[in-house]
Order: sequence, then structure tokens, then C-alpha cells
Amino acid sequence: MIEAKLSRSVQRWCPGATGVTGAAKLSGGASQETWRFDIVHPDGTIGAILRRSPKGYGAAPTRAAGLAAEAQLMQLAYEAGVPSPRVMHVLIPEDDLGTGFIMQRVEGETIARKILRDEEYAAARPLLARQIGGILAGLHRLPLDKLPELRSRSATQEIAEFERDYRSLNWPKPVFELALRWLRDHDPGPSVETTLVHGDFRNGNLIIGADGVRAVLDWELAHLGDPMEDLGWVCVNSWRFGEIDKPVGGFGTREELFAGYETAGRKVDPERVKFWEVMGTLRWGIMCGGMMQRFREGPDHSMERAMIGRRASETEIDLLRLLAPRGS
Amino acid sequence: MQDEPTPIELTKAVADFLRNDITPLISGHQAFKLRVAINILDLVTRQLTQEAGSDAAEVERLRALLGIDGSVTELNRALADRIAKGEVDLVTPGLAEHLWATTMDKLAVDQPNYASYRREQGRGG
Repeated sequence: MIEAKLSRSVQRWCPGATGVTGAAKLSGGASQETWRFDIVHPDGTIGAILRRSPKGYGAAPTRAAGLAAEAQLMQLAYEAGVPSPRVMHVLIPEDDLGTGFIMQRVEGETIARKILRDEEYAAARPLLARQIGGILAGLHRLPLDKLPELRSRSATQEIAEFERDYRSLNWPKPVFELALRWLRDHDPGPSVETTLVHGDFRNGNLIIGADGVRAVLDWELAHLGDPMEDLGWVCVNSWRFGEIDKPVGGFGTREELFAGYETAGRKVDPERVKFWEVMGTLRWGIMCGGMMQRFREGPDHSMERAMIGRRASETEIDLLRLLAPRGS
Repeated sequence: MQDEPTPIELTKAVADFLRNDITPLISGHQAFKLRVAINILDLVTRQLTQEAGSDAAEVERLRALLGIDGSVTELNRALADRIAKGEVDLVTPGLAEHLWATTMDKLAVDQPNYASYRREQGRGG
């Protein structure tokens, strides 16, 4: 069914293509799906990915930028030399595939634990923290006047939004209250500079090969704001997958990250990065609470979602390690 | 009084059956889901084993800290409220120790292999 529609679609915009094969769903959320497939072409098959909201699905959640914006951002990033998949086609009504886009498939690994443990990535690992710094600098330099319409969020607004989300869960957590107070007390105020913020730049959302980062994925939380937010989020302990002494995704040190960022010509504010790391840790904790709520109230009654609810306590211990560290 | 085996013994028996007898028969996405199911049963077993003791100790600490009585849920709500109002903070004697002890007890049930937990356990807490 989807193969027939994809076949008709690719023949319209990919000269020489005769159809598609091997369509398989990689993931399906409440409002978005990701499919992989191969475009059959006389010069050789072309690996492709479809990201779409099927027809009739509700609007994307309010924090999401939307698929059209995501496609535009990935294309801009690709053109600016930020590792990103090339967008091949933005869906049109004639495709009858819903809304979304088709991009070139980038081979590599996204599963964080494999990237951190497998021999194949052993040579790349020590270089990644620095490389990520350079990539973030490139991303934060994307010209504002070319960006699609995006929400804009200051630190103050984010604190208020997380507090509202947390209170709506009716889930009294003294450690989260402590974190909220710390954040209000340490709110760094408006950023000197507003840039594009990826919003979910972390180990798990990067395609990595033996040669390093090949593509930055999952742009749906992109927004305008403090560039230091991305540097803080990539350091959140949950994205170190057990390598807790290597803050940058389990790959390396903050110093390496900062050096990569500054070598690429942009300035780091370590105090702000720390603020956003605390904020990010709380953010993931509140997201775990949201998962619990969605499990309990439906529509997703899966065991996986239930278990993510029980991951909130990992953010509590990490918040305590940040805000009330114990002596060694 | 209910009969035995206890819930702890029963969930453990199911988890061990799935782990030892069913895991070798299953592959792919179903194997992943089976692992999640086993993890859930192991978590439930840990909670059934530890909850009564850790809740009692938590209530004890909360009563001392807040000077009021109540259930573990009521006392947590009261503490959350006082932190939100700024009446209690990390300078308050006993707060940090209480939050650490409570959080360590939660990790012992939720994720005893979480790296931060294992590190903090090594500190003797």
C-alpha cells in the first residue's frame, strides 16, 4: 500500500526512478512515523527515509516545530555543511502520503550504547566531544533570516513552562521542587544572542560511523533561544549511557566540547551551560512523568512507556549530584 | 491474612520462568519486549521486598524534618510545598540527607544498575 504510493511519488520527482522496494516502518509515534525504503534506479538503488504525519492525524504537539520546518532546517544545515541528511522531496497532496518529507538515508549507528561500546567506533569516540562542539557552532550560525517560523523561548519562559507541566502531573517530588527553585534563583536572564537551538541534540539522535558524526537527526524541537541550551542538553547524565565521567554524551569532556565550539569561532558561557544542564535534567524527569501519564490514561498502554515512567528517579539522583553533591 | 507463597515469591517465580525458559525461544522485537517484561517483574519484586522498610524510614525522617504527622504521600506533598514556598532549602539541617536517603532508596528499586547510583553507593550511602 505505502510502497505503491511511494513508487508513484518518486517517479514524479526523481528522474529515472522506476519505483521503490523494501519499505519498512522504523518507528511510529502518536503523530509521526519514520519509514525506510529503497528507490529503484537504473544507476543503482538510493537509500531513502520517509518522515510523515499520516493523513487524519492530529496536529503536532505544541512544542514541535512541524515537519515542514524540520525539512527546511535539515536542508539549510546540509547546505551549510552541518552533517545532515539531504532532503529529497517535501510531500505534496498528490503523493497521498500525508504531510512530511523524504530524505536520503545516511548509513551509520544511532543506538547510543553500541556507539559507546562497539569496537567499530573505538577510534571515533575520543574525537566526538570536540567534533560535536564544532557541529553545534555551525548549527548556531545558521542565518536567522532563512529559518522557518519557530517558537522562541527564553530561560525564564522555559522554567515557567516546566513548572506548569510538573504541577499538571500532580506528582509531588521534593527534588524537582528544589531544582525549580535553583533554576529560578540562577536564571541567567535573556541571552546576549538569540540563535537557532536544535532542542534535542544528544547521543541517540546522531548518526555515527567509524569516521565520526555523519548526521544530526530529530529537529522537531528546534526553536529560537540561548545557544548554550544545546551545550547543556548534550551533557545531561541520562545521555551518557553509563559513561558518567564523560559528560558529553559519554564521549568526552566539557573542555573538549567547548574547545571544538570556540575553535569554530563561537564563544562558550560555562555558567549558562551548567544552568541548561540542570534544566535539561529536570526536563527529562518531567518528560518521564508525562510518559507515566500517557501510559496510565492511554492511548499508549505499552510496557516500555510504563518503564520510562520509572526513570524519573534517575533524574532525581542526577539533580542531587548537581545541586547537593556529597563529599567523596 | 492471605496464604502463601507471598507475592514476592510468586513474581520472582514468573520472572525466572520467562528469563530461563522463554527467552531462548524468542527473537527480534518480541525478545526486546520480553526483556522489558522481565525487567518490570524484577522491579516489582524489588519494590515488594524493600518498600515497607524504606517508606517507614522516610516517614520517620519527614516527621522529624516537618514536625507534623501523616502518610508518606501526605508528608511528601507537605515537603514539596514547603520547598516551593522557600520555607525549606538546602541550608535546612537534615534536608539534603533526607533527599539523598530517599532518592537512594528509589534507585535501589527502579534502577540498581544506574551508574550514578552505583557511584553514590560507593560513598557509603
